[in-house]
Amino acid sequence: MSSPTSTPGRRKRNRDDIPATPKSTVSPPSQRRRGQDSSNGDLPAMPTSPATDIASPAVHDTSLFSSPKAPSHHLNALREVDMSSPLMYGTPSSRVEGTPRSGVGGTPARQRPDLGSIRKAPQVDLHSEPPSADGAVASEQALGQKLVIWGTDVNVGTCKEKFQRFLQRFIDPTSNEDENAGLDLNEPLYMQKLEEISVVGEPVLNVNCSHVQSFDADLYRQLISYPQEVIPTFDMAVNELFFERFPDSILEHQIQVRPYNALKTRNMRSLNPEDIDQMITISGMVIRTSQLIPEMQEAFFQCQVCAFSTRVEVDRGRIAEPAVCRNCNTTHSLALIHNRSAFSDKQMIKVQESPDDMPAGQTPHTTIVYAHNDLVDKVQPGDRINITGIYRAVPMRENPRQSNVKSVYKTHIDVIHFRKTDEKRLHGLDEDSDQKLFTEERVQILKELASKPDVYDRLSSALAPSIYEHEDIKKGILLQLFGGTRKDFSQTGRGNFRAEVNILLCGDPGTSKSQLLQYVFNLVPRGQYTSGKGSSAVGLTAYVMKDPETKQLVLQTGALVLSDNGICCIDEFDKMSDSTRSVLHEVMEQQTLSIAKAGIICQLNARTSVLAAANPVESQWNPKKTTIENIQLPHTLLSRFDLIFLMLDPQDEAYDRRLAHHLVALYYQSEEQIEEEFLDMAVLKDYIAYARTYINPRLNEEASQALIEAYVDMRKIGSGRGMVSAYPRQLESLIRLAEAHAKVRFSDKVETIDVEEAKRLQREALKQSATDPRTGFVDISILTTGMSATARKRKEEVAQALKKMIQSKGKTPAMKYQQLFDDLRGQSEAAITKDMFEEALRALADEDYLTVTGKTVRLL
Amino acid sequence: MRMWFICRFCCPAAQSNSNPEWEAKVLEYFKGQLKEKESHSWVPSLNDVPLHYLKPNSLVKFRCLVQDMFDPEFYMGVYETVDPSTKANVLRCGKYKDVTECGVDLNSRNTVTAERQTFYCVPIPGEIPTVVSACQGKNQARVVPSTSYVPSRQKRSYEEDDDDMDTQPQKQREPHTGGKFGTVNGLPGAGRPRQETEAPSSQTTTPSDCSSHLDLNFPLPGERGPACLVKVYEGLDSFKLNDTLEIYGILSVNPVLTVLGEEKDPSLLLLNPTESMETPEEQRAHDPPASLVPRLHMLYARPLQHNNPLLPSAPTEDQSAFVSSFLVEMASVRAELLAYLTHVLLGDGLAAEYLLLHLISDVYTRRDVLPLGKFTLNLSGCPLNSYTERLYQIVQQLVPCSYRLSMSLHTMNSMRLVPKKDYVANRLVSGALQLARNTSLFLDETQLEQGQLDSSGVRNITALGNLISWQKVDYDFSYHQMEFPCNINVLVTSEGRSLLPSDCQVPLQPQVTPPNMEEYLTTIHMAQFTSQINKFRVYLSLARTLDYSISDEVTKAVEDDFVDMRKDDPQSVTAEDLHRMLVVARLLSLSLGQTTLSRDGWMRAKHIDMLRRSRTEQQKSLNGNEP
Repeated sequence: MSSPTSTPGRRKRNRDDIPATPKSTVSPPSQRRRGQDSSNGDLPAMPTSPATDIASPAVHDTSLFSSPKAPSHHLNALREVDMSSPLMYGTPSSRVEGTPRSGVGGTPARQRPDLGSIRKAPQVDLHSEPPSADGAVASEQALGQKLVIWGTDVNVGTCKEKFQRFLQRFIDPTSNEDENAGLDLNEPLYMQKLEEISVVGEPVLNVNCSHVQSFDADLYRQLISYPQEVIPTFDMAVNELFFERFPDSILEHQIQVRPYNALKTRNMRSLNPEDIDQMITISGMVIRTSQLIPEMQEAFFQCQVCAFSTRVEVDRGRIAEPAVCRNCNTTHSLALIHNRSAFSDKQMIKVQESPDDMPAGQTPHTTIVYAHNDLVDKVQPGDRINITGIYRAVPMRENPRQSNVKSVYKTHIDVIHFRKTDEKRLHGLDEDSDQKLFTEERVQILKELASKPDVYDRLSSALAPSIYEHEDIKKGILLQLFGGTRKDFSQTGRGNFRAEVNILLCGDPGTSKSQLLQYVFNLVPRGQYTSGKGSSAVGLTAYVMKDPETKQLVLQTGALVLSDNGICCIDEFDKMSDSTRSVLHEVMEQQTLSIAKAGIICQLNARTSVLAAANPVESQWNPKKTTIENIQLPHTLLSRFDLIFLMLDPQDEAYDRRLAHHLVALYYQSEEQIEEEFLDMAVLKDYIAYARTYINPRLNEEASQALIEAYVDMRKIGSGRGMVSAYPRQLESLIRLAEAHAKVRFSDKVETIDVEEAKRLQREALKQSATDPRTGFVDISILTTGMSATARKRKEEVAQALKKMIQSKGKTPAMKYQQLFDDLRGQSEAAITKDMFEEALRALADEDYLTVTGKTVRLL
Repeated sequence: MRMWFICRFCCPAAQSNSNPEWEAKVLEYFKGQLKEKESHSWVPSLNDVPLHYLKPNSLVKFRCLVQDMFDPEFYMGVYETVDPSTKANVLRCGKYKDVTECGVDLNSRNTVTAERQTFYCVPIPGEIPTVVSACQGKNQARVVPSTSYVPSRQKRSYEEDDDDMDTQPQKQREPHTGGKFGTVNGLPGAGRPRQETEAPSSQTTTPSDCSSHLDLNFPLPGERGPACLVKVYEGLDSFKLNDTLEIYGILSVNPVLTVLGEEKDPSLLLLNPTESMETPEEQRAHDPPASLVPRLHMLYARPLQHNNPLLPSAPTEDQSAFVSSFLVEMASVRAELLAYLTHVLLGDGLAAEYLLLHLISDVYTRRDVLPLGKFTLNLSGCPLNSYTERLYQIVQQLVPCSYRLSMSLHTMNSMRLVPKKDYVANRLVSGALQLARNTSLFLDETQLEQGQLDSSGVRNITALGNLISWQKVDYDFSYHQMEFPCNINVLVTSEGRSLLPSDCQVPLQPQVTPPNMEEYLTTIHMAQFTSQINKFRVYLSLARTLDYSISDEVTKAVEDDFVDMRKDDPQSVTAEDLHRMLVVARLLSLSLGQTTLSRDGWMRAKHIDMLRRSRTEQQKSLNGNEP
């Protein structure tokens, strides 16, 4: 009865020490169609069941996995004949009917095509003593420990027992999975889940394999190696346990166990022939889903002569058509009746390796995945998912007309469990889902690095080594890569505080701004690179598109949403149109993106750091102008940048020399020399990933004090000249920078040194970007109001002069605009431009001193 | 002929003993044989010899570019067959084969599953006919014996069964063989073996399929040549997309392959959706008829440093000997080439110098994202009409691989430059920017007219910009993009300043104004002897492969120079300029066959850069005065 197309992996596993003919035949659960499990309880009703099975109550348990044994049957014949015999199976209707719908027996089982069709593997007693046919039943319990399913080392009884124990006892107090939200972590986890099933009525139990592993490594190994045999055993165990506890609950079908997170395989590329028929978990992205395919599970045959009907299970796409009617012995009289055959849903899904897993320079691999029953249509193209399933290989079908076949197997995965990795990105944090696994040694290396006193400098110099100097800018970008700590004040109504640091680089053309951006884009896993020139508002946010196939409106996300939890690099920021730039306002402070388009109104998360590069307005930095005048960006936007760096040509001989040396070295040093000097990019990547996931620094007392002082100082600078110059936004960015710096040190506490560095960096950036060209002072108000304090002062002076002049003219209710302007110019010593004059007028109008209508100025 | 015996030997040997060591031994043997001098030329090349002249299951070589990498597949490494008459079980080897032999026992426990991967390989895009013919010349002697082979394959029946053979594919093939392989076409018996190979394809391609040609997915339009499915067994990780390789492997054109894919029992389909899963497009992409896309089972692959047949290909002793012998005449060849280019560029010596430097440029390393050594040249002020076309023809003669992209509005809007993943057919649809390393890409901007670029046009321009600035192409995987580094020499010809970025702009200043440009260039072109052109080709390829270094002393001088220059005029000399001058100095030294930068070399580089800059300044002021 062994099928001609059984999978190759199975064959390899067959051990030589397993006798070809089993001595004792006990059909394992996996041997049966799942549907039969339900009839286990009904076994007594079956005509062929021996009386012994019912008689002994102790057998009840074992009868679940032992098939009826009639002494009159030859053992092999039993296996061969009984499995396909209609007597063995209750018809689907008979399974449900009659019994009250509760208890293991009452609930219909559902076929599990994901586990493949029944294996025709009997259990084998490893002890060679030949039990007599009727002795088998008696000795069964004694030998219970030694009975294993053929080809495996799985003993059904032990396995079931172990799993039940696992369910009853497993506690994971440190669990932080979101599925376990609301569960008491100190109670057995899975018992609570069973309770949930009894309430919700969804008969699926998801089991984390890592839990199984930590509880019982051997059970885990069996699960991974023989999922086809072990999972049905788990199913049985769960159902028993469940109906014992909740005898009255009514479920749609019996509970199915869905293990996930098998640690064996993570990467599609590492699948190899050894994984065949084993349970694996891989991650990838869905690229295509097929239509629903009805797959025949059970064929219904009817004899054309005597109308005798029979059912044949479909085994791997094959129907063993009965040649002879068993009722009337007519040959070839049986015809397939489609309407009465049983079908199940099936869907083909193509999954592509996620881009992060790929080695450079190769194309991504794809794998075919089959989803069955309720897993059909669970995923959509574009979803990033983790798939747990059984890896299969099927040889090319033999063509009866050809003697030669292609010597290639078709591989696919029968999925057991889907887990979307990006599902939560729309709702909350997904820190745990893309948690990178670090090996012990790697963590050790990282920690060692972190303990070095100069780690901050080391890392910043490892950043874009080909770009010369700009130490502070690199440090700023480094802090951006680490980011601050996320704080949630939504309880108190303030909402989330952003943790992302935004940076603007502004400078002369050719100061390698683009190169820095490219480097950062290559360094972070979820980075996006756009150019202001080529991107539109919708390209940055999201746009609604009609799907050509389904005619449905779908939301296509743009660069800002795609770089959620990453960095969005925007080059040529100044070339961006104003409407496009205005989109950034929401993203850069609230970290969300609201969309109202074509009937789709939603808010997407865009927790992205923005790294922008802009050229000055006149393409070359004009030192005679203020930053604002040079950058010409709305200051509402500018104030959202934590750090604004100027990349200017210092025009200094020593600098030139160092630069020349650096560049020449770039051209002749060999790879190895460079390697020695700087940190590996991979180490840097891991370092950042590790810090981002595991380190969440909090402010300590001293640091808080230091921050307060720093803020008060900043305010003081402004208040000295009687105006507010520092806003809470500056304080927030100071906190973020300090936190990021603590992360660099792998420290859970933000200390004073972090605050000091944050202050220094902010001052450094500000010193360059907010130096008032007329006074040389650092002036934060330039950023917040777009005007320097001196400019403001002068504006006031002009306004006062104008007022004085008007007053000196005596009572003239109306004046000519041009006349007034000429008068003022004549009177004033400094040159007064038309702009300044208008500003002064506006200021006076604000004071309700006068109004300007057209070309006349009226006093009030 | 000896190789042929080896092949025969290989497979039975595999069958007789299941000892795993045989695999290593076979590989060892082949590698050893191929290392021998002249050994490469015994092996017929798939590039030159039409498929129907090659014996199936024999050793062939193929010079190609890895265009796409398919998913790995599992195959029966070892399997057991049952002889239907004697019932005897025989172990057989499935490695290096596509098809099993009769009566496979699928339940045998001796079956060993192994893994291999398929690469879709195409001939190196833009390879000029001269390279092909030169390679052909090398192999000419071998082609004739293999044609004398009278086919006696078991699949003869196909031909006999199908007397109503469709002649479509044959027609389609005719101009191809006639054009490229003109020499072999006239050989006796040419018609007969062709029918042999065509037969299965004509049988399998239904009339509807015939009209839509099988898309062989060449990167460049108008390319032809054999595409090949290469089965790779070892060292999967060492191969990368767009690698240029010379592959030695066993040719498999078993017609059964095609039949297996096509013949489908409808009843089987119903019950086994596994096989219906592949869309027809995917089937066509992954299992094209073996007669059109042969299978090649790789034994050994050699990455090609260059595909210039005039140079010894392997980095062996005889190469270094070759190099040192050529170095002597390097300077004289350079002078000749410079003179030639000066003529071509209408007497503009400076532009000729820059063109020469451009032709030997090469991205020799990358520092994080920065490609070093790229030298994109923008020749502005090109005369209109057909001048650029002619110029391209001359450049084409000098380099092994080249492609001219005429940047007309229509082509920019309609052409696919960036490769894109087609998820329906599950393959990477190639684009014109999927090119082998050191391919010369000639962008003809003089063809550009006023009008509007649509979104795909903008994407294409962006892709070209990225290619020039970062030497990378972002392949479109529809859900995400993937970055593939490349190494392409881009030459932009334009009327004014190019709209694309470039490392170096040289305004052309014609010294002569020939009344008939076409005639002028043709005469220059004709005046060169083939031997002369060949010398130029060797020179250009060789100069690129030389090593280069800068001594500490010169480094110091360069630094001083830079500081001095900045002192005089900090605005005009930036880090960018130093970058460019360092590249120019490097290329200038290499072009003279010098492997270290000398003070002189640096001064010369500075000098010609100065000349060029003054010329661009001039141009700028000229343009500024115009309006």
